[in-house]
Amino acid sequence: MKRAFPILAILTAALLSYGLYQALVVAPTEKTMGDVQRIFYYHVPSAWTGGVLFFVNFVASIAYLVRRNTKADALALASAEVGVLFCTIVLVTGPIWARPVWGIWWTWDLRLTLTLVLWLIYVSYLLLRRFSTSGQTPVIAAVLAILGTLDIPLVYFSIWFFRTQHPQPVIGGGGSIDPRMLHAFFVNLIAFTCFGALVCWSRYRLEILRREVEETQALESLLEVRSSR
Amino acid sequence: MSYLYAAYILTWVIHIAYLGRLARRYARLRREIQELAKK
Repeated sequence: MKRAFPILAILTAALLSYGLYQALVVAPTEKTMGDVQRIFYYHVPSAWTGGVLFFVNFVASIAYLVRRNTKADALALASAEVGVLFCTIVLVTGPIWARPVWGIWWTWDLRLTLTLVLWLIYVSYLLLRRFSTSGQTPVIAAVLAILGTLDIPLVYFSIWFFRTQHPQPVIGGGGSIDPRMLHAFFVNLIAFTCFGALVCWSRYRLEILRREVEETQALESLLEVRSSR
Repeated sequence: MSYLYAAYILTWVIHIAYLGRLARRYARLRREIQELAKK
């Protein structure tokens, strides 16, 4: 697996570069919004990747609660942290896109509000993991993560079932899209998914290593106390 | 166009800042491992 990492990293970098070229050069300019619509090629893939990572966090949290597997707990933490990273990108690029198109940076629309709530839930999760000293922290965090995941379908379906300021889905929602736009979108979707997986993998390895070091340090301190007696 | 560039640049600034933070944490852990190995 260690040998595969640099190869996958190079492939992902190539895909991201190709995706950037597709988004800025090849994809045609949208007639109504103009060039600012190209934010779509980063905004939606980031939202997708964040959603996938939160789903990984959900599965890992259930695995931890069922089997008390520490690797599942480490994966839950890694996926939540990287998921928050991608969700932050969504919350940053969204208002930058909204300002020239809607004339406002933010509105308390259902989709936007639920996305902000999702981000806040997972930031709370990370704060709990970071600052709680209770031995039950992984269990409490896993329960919070499972409850937090309930917000993901609400975010996704909010634009299907309610009238919102946020546009209806173009892909899978009955709208039509230029094939070059669709190509640029899918290239970026794959590139961002691979990038998210690689970053999550790195964070997971870091977490495993951190726990091993902490265990060794604890053992070392214990041996020092015993030898001093 | 400035909004488009702002969105793309900010996306990569956030990603690179996070990757930099990960790299610093890896470096700190490596130092701790070396210190443990010396003992």
